[in-house]
Amino acid sequence: MTRLLKYLKPFTLLILLAIALLFVQAMADLSLPDYMSKIVNNGIQQGGVESAVPSAIRQSEMDRLALFMSPDDRAQVLAAYTLVNTDSPDYGRDVTIYPALANEPVYVLNDTGRAKTDALNPIMGKTLLVVSGIEQMMADPAKAAAFAQGSGLDISKLPPGSDVFAMLRRMPEAQRAQLTAAVDTKFAALGESMVVQMAAPAVRAEYAALGMDTDSLQSRYIFRTGLTMLALALLAAACAVAVGFLSAKTAAGLARDLRRHVFRRVESFSGAEFDKFSTASLITRSTNDVTQMQMVVIMLVRMVFYAPIIGIGGVIRALGKSTSMWWIIALAVTVLVGLVITVFSVTLPRFRLIQTLIDRLNLVTREQLSGMMVIRAFNRQDLELNRFDKANSDLTGIMLFVNRIMVVMMPVMMLIMNGLMLTIIWVGAHQVAASRMQVGDMMAFMQYAMQIVMAFLMLSIMFIILPRASVSAGRIADVLETEPAIVDPREPKQFAEPFTGTIEFRDVCFRYPGAEEDVLHSISFTARPRQTTGIIGATGSGKSTLVSLIPRFYDVTGGTIFVDGLDIRSVTQHDLRGRIGYVPQKSTLFSGTIESNLRYADEAATSETLERAAAVSQASEFIATKPEGLAAEIAQGGANVSGGQKQRLSIARALVKQAPIYVFDDSFSALDFKTDAALRRALKETTGRSTVLIVTQRISTIKNAEQIVVLEEGRVVGQGTHHELMASCETYRSIALSQLSKEELA
Amino acid sequence: MSAQRKQGTQLPSAPTGRGPMGMRRGPMGGMHRMMAGDKARDFRGTMARLLKYMSPYRVQLVIVLVFAAASTVFAIVGPKILGRATTKLFEGVMGQIAGLAGGGGAGIDLAYIGHIILQMIGLYLVSTLFGYIQGWVMSGVSMNLTYRMRKDIAAKISRMPLRFFDGTNHGEVLSHVTNDVDTVSHTLNQSLTQVVTSVTMVIGVIVMMLSINLVMTLVALCVIPLSAVIIGLVIGKSQRYFKEQQDYLGHVNGHVEEMYGGHVVMRAFNGEEKSVAQFDKYNDTLYTSAWKSQFLSGMMFPIMGLVGNLGYVTVCIIGGYLAVKGTITVGDIQAFIQYVRSLNQPIGQFANISNILQQTAAAAERVFEFLTQPEEAPEAAKPVLLPKVHGNIEFRNVRFGYSPDKIVINDFSATVKPGQKIAIVGPTGAGKTTMVKLLMRFYDVTGGAILVESHDIRELARHDLRQAFGMVLQDTWLFNGTIMENIRYGRPEATDAEVIAAAKAARVHHFVRTLPGGYNMVLNEESSNVSQGQMQLLTIARAILANPQVLILDEATSSVDTHTEVLIQQAMDNLMKGRTSFVIAHRLSTIRNADLILVMNDGDIVEQGTHQELLARKGFYAELYNSQFEAA
Repeated sequence: MTRLLKYLKPFTLLILLAIALLFVQAMADLSLPDYMSKIVNNGIQQGGVESAVPSAIRQSEMDRLALFMSPDDRAQVLAAYTLVNTDSPDYGRDVTIYPALANEPVYVLNDTGRAKTDALNPIMGKTLLVVSGIEQMMADPAKAAAFAQGSGLDISKLPPGSDVFAMLRRMPEAQRAQLTAAVDTKFAALGESMVVQMAAPAVRAEYAALGMDTDSLQSRYIFRTGLTMLALALLAAACAVAVGFLSAKTAAGLARDLRRHVFRRVESFSGAEFDKFSTASLITRSTNDVTQMQMVVIMLVRMVFYAPIIGIGGVIRALGKSTSMWWIIALAVTVLVGLVITVFSVTLPRFRLIQTLIDRLNLVTREQLSGMMVIRAFNRQDLELNRFDKANSDLTGIMLFVNRIMVVMMPVMMLIMNGLMLTIIWVGAHQVAASRMQVGDMMAFMQYAMQIVMAFLMLSIMFIILPRASVSAGRIADVLETEPAIVDPREPKQFAEPFTGTIEFRDVCFRYPGAEEDVLHSISFTARPRQTTGIIGATGSGKSTLVSLIPRFYDVTGGTIFVDGLDIRSVTQHDLRGRIGYVPQKSTLFSGTIESNLRYADEAATSETLERAAAVSQASEFIATKPEGLAAEIAQGGANVSGGQKQRLSIARALVKQAPIYVFDDSFSALDFKTDAALRRALKETTGRSTVLIVTQRISTIKNAEQIVVLEEGRVVGQGTHHELMASCETYRSIALSQLSKEELA
Repeated sequence: MSAQRKQGTQLPSAPTGRGPMGMRRGPMGGMHRMMAGDKARDFRGTMARLLKYMSPYRVQLVIVLVFAAASTVFAIVGPKILGRATTKLFEGVMGQIAGLAGGGGAGIDLAYIGHIILQMIGLYLVSTLFGYIQGWVMSGVSMNLTYRMRKDIAAKISRMPLRFFDGTNHGEVLSHVTNDVDTVSHTLNQSLTQVVTSVTMVIGVIVMMLSINLVMTLVALCVIPLSAVIIGLVIGKSQRYFKEQQDYLGHVNGHVEEMYGGHVVMRAFNGEEKSVAQFDKYNDTLYTSAWKSQFLSGMMFPIMGLVGNLGYVTVCIIGGYLAVKGTITVGDIQAFIQYVRSLNQPIGQFANISNILQQTAAAAERVFEFLTQPEEAPEAAKPVLLPKVHGNIEFRNVRFGYSPDKIVINDFSATVKPGQKIAIVGPTGAGKTTMVKLLMRFYDVTGGAILVESHDIRELARHDLRQAFGMVLQDTWLFNGTIMENIRYGRPEATDAEVIAAAKAARVHHFVRTLPGGYNMVLNEESSNVSQGQMQLLTIARAILANPQVLILDEATSSVDTHTEVLIQQAMDNLMKGRTSFVIAHRLSTIRNADLILVMNDGDIVEQGTHQELLARKGFYAELYNSQFEAA
């Protein structure tokens, strides 16, 4: 994977932007449960009251609260509020909000910001609790009695109707401080959050006393929080869409670049590299593997980057809600990841096995189809069905096993998730009971837990997918990092004009890369212009290899090939090949029309040239039978023309080039003898001034050549004309005699 | 969510013994399945057939459906019960606050919550168990069905007339065996239970939501059509680009295949620049449609997420409001949140399911269509028992065409006596190989008759007829097995010594000995050290071993070098002494000593006689023969 990193470079900005957006998305996603917890905690439980610091307090109430504050606290609190009365400039505005202002002065909270208000929370919380507690006791003697047992302060003993606060006010400061300290220690045990929760009803009561509509206050709070959530949800979605855009651009762009680089690289490969990779594999690498990379990059951006962000963010958020329950998440993640790893470590090796078995099934089926005639001829249908059945049941057996392991995943995963929820509720309930947590927080914790677990799940699945993708990446990198064996010289020489086309092999040796032995051993001969040089030999004698050295499809491994006196390695490949009309053994046509195929040799060829080439190659006749003539469609690979027609068009294509050198590599094999003869006759007239090399197995094809080179196991065993060779070369004679009778050879 | 989609029942990324477009079932795989527009012509009919095909698994399928539904129901009840625990907890907290503030009041009823949790554990365990049983049974059914379907196809192949395969390429049939069957099995394995669970889920969830609160349910349900509409819009839009992407991927791949395949030609004609320019054009267009389709399909998840969050927020707002009013409890909100989230998923699946079903129907239709193709003409009701074949064969006014409007053999008559060597020659397309196929009864004549020992071959059992004939074709066919097994294919009961004797007669023994493993070397597609010519020799050895009364050699030595060919010719002549043989050859030198040469042109015998007679006639044969010595 890392070997392809440099191809991602142009997309760095896009990726960074995507990651930034993923952060925003994660933050938005993660804050949703927090807001939900606020709705439950503040909105429902606390009646829309967020903190123990009321936005306004009646002066009389504030006086009572002040009784339980230390002087420092008192100063701090009073500084945060402004006393508003009928004379105040803001009276008009404030009286509509707090109708009680009409009756008595009201302290209104200054707009000093969240931090300041939060600092007042504990002070206001506990004093509110104390005051409201006393107020309740004054109203309800039973409560007072209960309280008296715990604190020793029995208000019920006071004469009914007497004002406790007035009494307290009369108390000396020091005694009051003592009382306050006692209350402080009691509340310290509860914790700040609980104090705020408990003070909320008192705040609500104060708002009611101020004449405010507490119900609408509550629903307004819920609604406001909800709207914030909505905005966050929209933000998250917008980010996700933007990330989708960026990842799509990156992935498709990378795929485009990789394809382009791979294609260019392969185009520059010589036969050696094609042999090394095999054509089929190169095709897969340029197509499938690249598409695979496109998928991976999309997943990489959308999932691999996102999972850790949401995972870590989730952990931070969850810990913010409760530090003592992290072990539940850790446990769930461990079990879940353990499950995924176990299931996949059992099944993954078997996936490879399944692949081989599928290949096997395909192979047997393909054999059954391709060998249909032979199978029936030998009456072996039952044997084939048994072979198929074996492959089929092997595959079915292992698939069933793997499937049954895989079906464990889903139900068990759900069980783990649900177990996680239950555990959180159970443990959370105890936390709530001990007043260490609020219900809404517990609910939020559950959602965070889910998000964290999901993130880990995503990651663990990615770790299973990524290694496979990296195989594709490696295969692509292999191609990109392969330097073509044949490159143009730094300072190419030019052929002298006029170009004659003399080809000289001087002690040429050749060995295929990786082979143990040379295919060609010190070959020396010269092919001259206006002459036909025949190359004959048994299959595997190295004929085709020999001629493929001329256009430099391979480079010689020993000796030199000269064309017009220049080492072919000293000129550009383009220049060299521009002078050679080559007809390969396997005739290949490209999709298009007959004309486009002929013109492949020379875009600028006149229509007379095309027609003449077609006539010489004996292709005119069948072209004429096509209603579209030269414009007739050719399917990919020339699938819609017969082998003989393909070969004729392939010859015509080379002729269009009007090259000084022609190489025919066993190019007449698919033609019947009649056509073969006619073609050669016509060929002799057109290529008269060129150097012609013909590789063949048929004696008749080269019987009249000016020079015949006989190859046997990569060595030249004879050189001369037909008659000379008949007399001197044993190999040649044996080939000739197996094809023609003595009389015919005479 | 993506984990749920995978469902685990199929391979996470399918083994790909398929073409370049082979489906990969990665996490994004579902997307592609959804986008492919593959439709059956007769959806209902095909589905009915598929159901009928599945009828042996009736009981299992009912179990699957019941357990899938039950498992879902149990899972659905969960959140509501769990909600009660939360409510209890919340009430406890409120009580606690009141208690603390006022001294007294109830605390949190942990025992009650514990009780609910135990109940839930039980519920979830049952749900898991049911879910697993369902999966277990279903994989059994789908795998068994896959096995049966493949077996049926293979058996079908062996009963079909060769004629069928003239118009069908092998890749198509192969794709029935693998891809189509796979699609069907995948649907069964996954989508079928998905339909059941999704439907149960939606209904169950709606019922549960209604049992909590009507208003909230109505609001939450408004979200469903919203998501359905949005998903529909996105899919509709992206489909276009997906198709375009597929098209251009096809263009790019086609160009790559063509250029790599014709690399030598491309280089020989200095075609690099042209090729690269063409490639860049395709590649750039592909890029545009690729990112657009990826982007649009990628929008699905965020949009689904947004719709999910919309539901979530709505529930929070309305739930909060209602909770304040005392209409519902806090636990209800929690349950509702879970319900709304769990609705999201089946809806996403619904969008998928109709597409998957369409594809399945299309795949199943192809399989069934294949299975109902006409088979070989049935054997004669009472096949004549073939007497010992001496080699009396008569072609009587044989007329044949691969299709009725394209007659290949017009009127072919010839009589062959025992022990004769008959050569059939003629230009390509003259109908030589067709004669062999008719003789072996791979095809039945359209008119006239072929008689073996005076019996019309249509009255004989195919098995008996073919037993008497040995055949060697130009296209060598050897299977993936050892050389020994391949030669023995001609006569399974032959001993090793007999196999080796046959190999010696075919002049291939020495070569086999030089191979790694010798006769035990396994032949496969990569056996590059066995040339085409040597493979031909092996097939000849196979035919020799079968020791038939009549031997047919159709261009059997075309890839063998001429020297070896002569040697084999001698061996054959020895072997077939007294038996009839048919030889089709391109190289006329190999048939000069035939007892009878039949010269075919355009489906008719234009000349017949011995080599000398035909040369003397200076007709078509003489022209054909002499052309090979014509000098240029």
